[in-house]
Amino acid sequence: MKELLKEKLAKQFTTVQFEFIEQFDELTLKFDKSAIVNVCAFLKDEDGLKFNFCEDVTAVDWATRKKRFTVVYHIFSMENKFRLCLKVDLDDSECSIESVSSIWKAANWAEREAYDMYGITFLNHPDLRRMYMPEDFEYHPLRKEFPLMGIPGSVPLPKK
Amino acid sequence: MQKLTKDNVHPKIVQALLGADSNITIEDALENEMILNMGPQHPATHGVLRLLLRLDGETVIACVPELGYLHRGYEKMAENMSYLEFIPHTDRLDYISPPANNVAYALAVEKLAGIIAPPRAQYIRMLLAELARMCSHLVAIGALAMDVGALTVFLWGLREREKILDFFDVICGARFTTSYTRIGGVASDVTSDTMRNIITFINQFEEKIDEMERLLNGNRIFVERLEGVGVISKDDAIDIGFTGPNLRASGVAFDLRRATPYLFYNEMDFKIPVYTEGDCLARYFVRADELRESAKIIRQVIDKMPNGEVMLNSPKKVLPRKIEIYTKMEELIHDFMIVNFGINPPVGEVYHAVENPKGELGFYIVSKGEGHPWKMKIRSPSFANIQAIPHLVKGQMISDVVAIVGSIDPIMGEADK
Amino acid sequence: MGLESKLTNDGFFTTTIDALASWARENSVWPMPMGISCCAIEMMAVGDPKYDIARFGSEVMRFTPRQCDLMIVAGTVTYKMAHVVKKIFDQMPEPKWVIAMGACTSSGGMYRSYNVVQGIDQFLPVDVYAAGCPPRPENLLNALMQIQEKIGKTRVKDFPDAQQSGFDTKPTDLSLSKN
Repeated sequence: MKELLKEKLAKQFTTVQFEFIEQFDELTLKFDKSAIVNVCAFLKDEDGLKFNFCEDVTAVDWATRKKRFTVVYHIFSMENKFRLCLKVDLDDSECSIESVSSIWKAANWAEREAYDMYGITFLNHPDLRRMYMPEDFEYHPLRKEFPLMGIPGSVPLPKK
Repeated sequence: MQKLTKDNVHPKIVQALLGADSNITIEDALENEMILNMGPQHPATHGVLRLLLRLDGETVIACVPELGYLHRGYEKMAENMSYLEFIPHTDRLDYISPPANNVAYALAVEKLAGIIAPPRAQYIRMLLAELARMCSHLVAIGALAMDVGALTVFLWGLREREKILDFFDVICGARFTTSYTRIGGVASDVTSDTMRNIITFINQFEEKIDEMERLLNGNRIFVERLEGVGVISKDDAIDIGFTGPNLRASGVAFDLRRATPYLFYNEMDFKIPVYTEGDCLARYFVRADELRESAKIIRQVIDKMPNGEVMLNSPKKVLPRKIEIYTKMEELIHDFMIVNFGINPPVGEVYHAVENPKGELGFYIVSKGEGHPWKMKIRSPSFANIQAIPHLVKGQMISDVVAIVGSIDPIMGEADK
Repeated sequence: MGLESKLTNDGFFTTTIDALASWARENSVWPMPMGISCCAIEMMAVGDPKYDIARFGSEVMRFTPRQCDLMIVAGTVTYKMAHVVKKIFDQMPEPKWVIAMGACTSSGGMYRSYNVVQGIDQFLPVDVYAAGCPPRPENLLNALMQIQEKIGKTRVKDFPDAQQSGFDTKPTDLSLSKN
């Protein structure tokens, strides 16, 4: 399955640079963010690959690297019983990426959660609102500079 | 009353509700639409889930769920505590079946650390995971029946569940939030007396399921209230992220215990119940059948249980036994290091998913080689299942909304993390 | 408070009616289950056939605040949920009592994080704290019995709006028995 994947991707996307990492029996694919929608659509529809199930979309905050965020997609192919992890690096200054919710509906809420927690904007997302925190909350909790106990006064409490 | 329009005064969630794409057109509509707030505190929502419904009379045109009322900040807390300290927190994710979450977490961290628990520990984990599955499905069926109006089944289900919780009490020390698994094994052993009692319980359990099914399956009100309600097709179900019994009720024969086997499930003989209708009644049937399959698995596990240790003997990664800590020097040092600085898994990332009673529970752990994870993401099944609610309730009546939420069986503890 | 507001002095007849009303109130405490997370499951377990709460008089767990007198806050209260809990507490008619069930409501519990209120007594007046994570059903029944003891000792003059009707203002000793 891994060879088939590498072969098909190399044939279809000649301009995109793919990096394959294998660790703990899992395959990770790293590439540039401009190709995300095309690669995902290809992975979903192509015969032999058929990654029809998007398990999760999340992000990692590296805090000290230049490319501060990494958006991580976990997708699964039910036919071939194969799991793939896609990774895209983002800069802190322009942390926005195309949304894949047009390809997998399951990515819709996961991207909203990534926006709420990290502040990564997903372009062309049908409904980008905050997921967990109140709508007028100003910060993004899972960024590394946000303290664990929160910022006092950021969420109001009812009076006794 | 004039038709509600979008403007800058309403908060974003109401704007999302008013703008929600809906293909429901009703002739002879009333002149006005209504926004109904099925608020976070409601006897029928399974926890604190807020549903905003846009209604035309009694028909639902659009629905927007709002989460976050139980967001406790698990992922941020996980970045600040060691892997062992996080185990009690995993209990409170899917709080109807805590041992299942413990097993899932322990498997993910063990994959990262590169250790494998001894066989007896793995069989005990399977035993607990299946008992937890029975707990969860009993409550799910009971709550669904209670939402629809059949109150007796809920109390019968809880009565059986109390017997299972007694087993948890004896094995794990706590009846409810067990925190039983450790990295490298389980906390303590299971005696053969307990296993004999579990077999006695299972022997009388199958007729209790029959009793409950006799009450419900032939009940015309129950069947008519659930049949044809909240139908989702096979492709839609996979696309929208359904997992677990909800997916299997739409005709997809997908179970992580068979697709990506973990523990010793590939040596157990059990069926995966699949129904094709995709409505609430099919989801109920899948859960009832899974109760029987879990009973079968438990019998086989107890039959095949090997002898041996329950904690791996790897002092750098696994907490040593108390006897050795008190008498030997290296184990004392290792215990000190593991408790204070955490097990230090290698640098890397891992995603491991198991078949929880509600669906696929996955842990994505990024480690930088320190004692605490750099990032932990919990892929909870209820989060993805609730996402389907707006799709399922379009065009149904208000009372169907309650039945649909009950049949999907969300638990807000894991949906909100 | 109906009949009792007509009683203005501490004669024998009125204190007997007072005691009778308190006895009736303590043996029919209808809880309002504010079930938010894991403690709600233990609260459901208190209602099941093994740890029956109906034998204590709490026959019905009404989910509407207007018909209850005891609110059992069961589960972690986050900042977003705190407004909802307060709104529902305000809708309950007097006299009302609150049990803070579990560690999360008493003090924030094991969640020392940005979204969890560290103890609901920051915005609600709590009468009894039940410790545990979650408290065993027997523990919740103990908390209920302590509330019943407290209600049994409460007299009309302790209720908030009784102060304005001209009762003598020395409050009853509501400290619970030492056990």
